[in-house]
Amino acid sequence: MSNRFFHWKRWWAIVIKEFLQLKRDRITFAMMIGIPIMQLMLFGYAINTDPKHLPTAIISYDQSEFTRSFISGMENSNYFDIVKFSQDQQQAYEELRQGKILFILTIPADFTRKLLRHEHPTLLFEADATDPIAVGTALSSIDPIQSMVIRKDMNGPLAISNSTSIDIRVHKLYNPEAITQYNIIPGLMGTILTLTLTMMTALAITRESEKGTMENLLATPAQPIEIITGKIIPYVFIGLIQSSIILTAAHLLFSVPFEGKLLHAYSVILLFIFVNLTIGITISSLAQNMLQAMQLSIFYFLPSLLLSGFMFPFLGMPKWAQYVGEFLPLTHFNRLIRGIVLKGNGFLELWPNIWPLMLIGVLTLTIAVKFYKRTLD
Amino acid sequence: MKLQTDLAIDVKNLQKYFGNKHVVKDLSLQVKKGEIVGFLGPNGSGKTTAIRMMCGLLTPDGGEGKCLGYDIATQSDEIKRKVGYMTQKFSYWEDLSIRENLDFVGRIYELSNRKHLVEEALENLGLTSRSSQLAKTLSGGWKQRLALAACMLRKPRLLLLDEPTAGVDPSARRDFWEELHALAAKGVSVLISTHYMDEAERCHSLAYIAYGNLLAKGTAEEIITHQSIKTFNVSGNDLMPLSNRLKDYEGVEQTVIFGQSLHVSGKDTNLIQQALQKECTEKFQYESIATSLEDVFIYIMKHSTDNFGESL
Repeated sequence: MSNRFFHWKRWWAIVIKEFLQLKRDRITFAMMIGIPIMQLMLFGYAINTDPKHLPTAIISYDQSEFTRSFISGMENSNYFDIVKFSQDQQQAYEELRQGKILFILTIPADFTRKLLRHEHPTLLFEADATDPIAVGTALSSIDPIQSMVIRKDMNGPLAISNSTSIDIRVHKLYNPEAITQYNIIPGLMGTILTLTLTMMTALAITRESEKGTMENLLATPAQPIEIITGKIIPYVFIGLIQSSIILTAAHLLFSVPFEGKLLHAYSVILLFIFVNLTIGITISSLAQNMLQAMQLSIFYFLPSLLLSGFMFPFLGMPKWAQYVGEFLPLTHFNRLIRGIVLKGNGFLELWPNIWPLMLIGVLTLTIAVKFYKRTLD
Repeated sequence: MKLQTDLAIDVKNLQKYFGNKHVVKDLSLQVKKGEIVGFLGPNGSGKTTAIRMMCGLLTPDGGEGKCLGYDIATQSDEIKRKVGYMTQKFSYWEDLSIRENLDFVGRIYELSNRKHLVEEALENLGLTSRSSQLAKTLSGGWKQRLALAACMLRKPRLLLLDEPTAGVDPSARRDFWEELHALAAKGVSVLISTHYMDEAERCHSLAYIAYGNLLAKGTAEEIITHQSIKTFNVSGNDLMPLSNRLKDYEGVEQTVIFGQSLHVSGKDTNLIQQALQKECTEKFQYESIATSLEDVFIYIMKHSTDNFGESL
């Protein structure tokens, strides 16, 4: 049984030791149990490549049995949630630009009259195609709805044989050719910034502790806020370089149009870099060693990747997952950068996503400073 | 009042617990201006913890004290600014060069004539030509000297040195001690922990702690005299069996083998002599010798109780 290469007693000693160490490292233990459960819950239910209940505004200049039937057909398809029903075109377009709604259906004044006269009435469907996946399936459900409406309501003397008698015009705004890269590339910027910056700064303080240099740093008169903000500064530059590379690649390699102002883009990039660095440094002052810091940053990164609207359409996620997403800086950054790059958004349209980033940044920095240990106790 | 201002360190009844372990117990210690005090004790005896409390890196759980006149409980920022602390493990940045490390220290302590001081320090170290070398490429002895230079850069009036010469060769240690005495002559006070007996003998006075308790205090001679231990030296070959036999005798409290000689110590001279007469054949010669500091410390250590064990 016993030989030089394997002995069960030695093996058992190691097994016991590893169990004891795992038991002592409570955070790692909790994460090993907690992460799979949380991920299962989050991603199992939240991810939806066939997004439904997309917010839609209807601008109707005509109301009849037929328009009502068409609208209820849209609602019954579950793809559209009619959140607005008005004649205020201006406001509807504003909300489309801000990303609060994804579709605008305009029903012209002569719709019913033309339909009854078999004159091919038109319906205008405008969609925010920044995210082609989000609107694609919903748009493809329009044709079955209109044939259903015509079959149901146009019977008896009104019956018509030509089922394509309604002329539905779809305008894909912002990304008319539904090129996925247009959406992915700006989104990728936020994802890369999140991953690299959070992880780098997450290691910043724990590395000092593990190398033993923390004792030296603590023996100096340096204050927590100096150390924390001082440590994140170099990464601000790294983040700016990363962003510039992605912006250049978006322009040169993927021909992504740049509709907004460069100043706006760099302002929100700078803000987002700052938020990520404060989150990283907070992880660093909470974690007890580098391994924990790595695990915590991955734990932060995964939901950011999956629930921020980068990989899957944000408005297609269930409501509760959207609420979780609202707490992730990447969600706001994705909206901001896509708004600037693809829609040419200005400051007023950007503001609703700027203040949450500011708030998250200030809060996390406060936590980082508060949890930074000033002694070796 | 005059007395107090002459004390660089004056701490009373310092206490520190780690969980339910009482790591430092009722430690009172004074270091006078320009004095080098050796801090001795076995591994894990609480030396590092005590030093860390004095420089504000650990909060004492009890007791009070002052370093350079600043309260260790409330004025740790002042103490950090004024006291030079050298950690046991090399704690400068290995991925920075020698000059960068010194520059960092100069900047963080806001030294006005930083460039000049760094040049001076490099020159004193004899490292001017190697100043761009990364700290990690330095040998252990050079790392210690760099750490001391960094520590001395802002000319503190009090140095807390935690085993600064561990792993350093004898000639570098000698240089190091010459520097320390030169500083002390200028009025710098030093509290230095060490395991080397030759270093202990170079200190103006000594404090010996074991298992959190301060067991002996005073100059080397005072400590030796106070313990009143008699030591005999037995010379010969094959001392191990003899040592084991002697241990069974009443009055033989300690036997330590040093190569070709055996130190036999105890409080009662007569009892030891009787034992030696019985056991020593003509192969061995024995004589009474002066008890060394090392004999005393080993004696003290053996007779102090390991109360850390109780709490486990």
